[in-house]
Amino acid sequence: MEDEIHVISMLVRNRSGVLSRVAGVFGRLGYNIESLCVAEMTNPKISRITLVSRANADFTEKIKKQLDRLVDVVEVTELTQRHSIQKEMMLLGIYMNSENREEIMQAIAMFGCKIVSIRQNYCIIENVGNRGETETILAYFEPMGIEELARTGMIALQQHKNGNDDEQ
Amino acid sequence: MKLTGAQILIKTLKAEGVDTIFGYPGGSVLDIYDELYRSDINHILVRHEQGAAHAADGYARTSGKVGVCLVTSGPGATNTVTGIATAYADSIPMVILTGQVPTPFIGSDAFQEADIMGITRPCTKHNFLVRKIEDLSKTIREAFSIARSGRPGPVLVDLPKDVIQAQLEEDKTIAAKPKSEDGGKSPDREALKQALEMIVKSKKPVILTGGGIILGNASEDLQKFVKKVKVPVASTLMGIGGFPGTDPLWLGMTGMHGTYYANMAISNCDLLITLGTRFSDRITGKIANFASKANLIQIDIDAASINKNVLVDIPIESDCKTALVHLNKLLDENGFAIPGEEREKWIDQLGQWKAHAPLSYCNSEKIKPQCVIETLYNLTEGEAIITTEVGQNQMWAAQFYHFDHPNTFLSPGGLGTMGYGLPAAIGAQIAFPEKTVVDIAGDGSIQMNIQELATAVNYKLPVKIVILYNGYLGMLRKWQELFYGKRYSHSYIRNSPDFVKLAEAYGALGLRATRPEEIEPTLKKGLESPLPAVMDFHVEPEENVFPMVKPGTPLVETIINSEELR
Repeated sequence: MEDEIHVISMLVRNRSGVLSRVAGVFGRLGYNIESLCVAEMTNPKISRITLVSRANADFTEKIKKQLDRLVDVVEVTELTQRHSIQKEMMLLGIYMNSENREEIMQAIAMFGCKIVSIRQNYCIIENVGNRGETETILAYFEPMGIEELARTGMIALQQHKNGNDDEQ
Repeated sequence: MKLTGAQILIKTLKAEGVDTIFGYPGGSVLDIYDELYRSDINHILVRHEQGAAHAADGYARTSGKVGVCLVTSGPGATNTVTGIATAYADSIPMVILTGQVPTPFIGSDAFQEADIMGITRPCTKHNFLVRKIEDLSKTIREAFSIARSGRPGPVLVDLPKDVIQAQLEEDKTIAAKPKSEDGGKSPDREALKQALEMIVKSKKPVILTGGGIILGNASEDLQKFVKKVKVPVASTLMGIGGFPGTDPLWLGMTGMHGTYYANMAISNCDLLITLGTRFSDRITGKIANFASKANLIQIDIDAASINKNVLVDIPIESDCKTALVHLNKLLDENGFAIPGEEREKWIDQLGQWKAHAPLSYCNSEKIKPQCVIETLYNLTEGEAIITTEVGQNQMWAAQFYHFDHPNTFLSPGGLGTMGYGLPAAIGAQIAFPEKTVVDIAGDGSIQMNIQELATAVNYKLPVKIVILYNGYLGMLRKWQELFYGKRYSHSYIRNSPDFVKLAEAYGALGLRATRPEEIEPTLKKGLESPLPAVMDFHVEPEENVFPMVKPGTPLVETIINSEELR
């Protein structure tokens, strides 16, 4: 079976050791975590963890049940692309020179990225977008020589909170 | 008035109804022990912290209460890990209180510091580090609640010394029980109805029970149910005692060393109803062939255990008791008719399989271990609490002692821990001082926690230890015989101590039997003694456990005896 991308979003108690427990579940079951984003909610006792993993279809049921067993996990949902907004931020460092300058500027305009820093010839480009956009931009800049790259990993929210997500 | 952390701890334990703690003192918990000195909580001083954990486990398995153990930081804490992992594998409710170095020293590699939180994260249901005295009472309450609710399990609470020594105003101290403690989800009514229809229509049904039947206190409801629907019952090792071993509908244990007829029943049934089991590899044999002709109904309290190893047709998330109570009620309300003739045929067929290959052994001039257990069964009239280690002693105990009651067979089923039996027997004896408690051990396993004999003598606990002495790590030797060309690599254990002298050295009674006719008098003498008694039976060294399902083969290929292997 083809492995596919799964986005797991969970609310957890905001205390020490929780991330280790969550990561432990993925490790025990042999799933790799591709990206991970954790931040406090308006209620500081609660954090949201958004986590992306690549796995086969029975992943969701297995992992959800195991995560639900953790005392510190309040809620677990899988977010599908169809029914959620998924974004990640990327910072991309690249050297600009007379050869690639024009191409870079065009790409920035075309993709709607932002230049957030230029020091001497080194510029940092920021992009916020979904996974597909991010990948496309990366593939486009790759031949121009990406010097350094940082990605936040995905954050995501379900589009209508109480709506039925027919893919789940 | 102010209370110290130690005082708050003891008060909360008392409020929680704790009357017995198994433990071992050390530097980080001196303040707690000082408080225990003034308390009426019964503290059982073991001789090794692993013993404390197993004893608390044995106490929990027999009494149904949460077992509690208390140890110091560092090595005290790490020594409990095997006991914790054993309880975790078998879902036993326990609270482990570990001392910890003062909070400012945590992470500094201080003397007797160990990251017990990190070490036990994968083998506890949950664990807590208490950083402030304000959280202490609440955390203890929560730990007990987590340990006993849902699918039970061990919970560890790490207690830094400065928190234990700190002080707090009394009126802020003792927390109430957490409100959220749930009595289990109520099961899906439609699924139950559907299940019942299947059960009633089925021509060849079998019930398979696991540890959940005992943990869920559902034995009586199961018996009522079975009476109504007339379905034979097989069990995993962990479910033994959940259904009377003397009932005509009892098929015995299934799986790797299960009875031939239980394994045939599961392989040929058209409906399998499982109650509180996770389908471990020791039960299913080759998984593709497991109950392959049957529809499956799985009732389990733990959603994560449903559809985990085997895909089922009707999953029901519920504790066993609630599900059975509902099923019994539905049966009473609707008056289903069981297909009598078809069922008779099925039960007849099971009888034939049973007649073809009953559990048996051949007597010889040497003592047969099975005979020791059978005689023990007869002498105790099946009313003893039996603990085991792991290996042959465990399998023979499960096969030849016919357990009629839940909470009387204590065996480290999931983790398979050598050294479990004696300390667990101590815990059981503390819970039931009037009962006969017997550890069935091997000469290998008994040496893994033999030091607890001192505990038994110390507290005048008349636990009985039956050693099936064969000079081998018998189960391993058998595998080496069958699958490793009889190369007995390090499974032959020479120079075991003289167990009779050893028992006497500890102040216990030591007895030995080397001939079959000595079995009964030896057991009688040992059982009648008011002392802890070690009974050393020198058994046929190369006796093997049968029936057997080779790993990776289906249950239907159960090997009945050694003849079949030649």
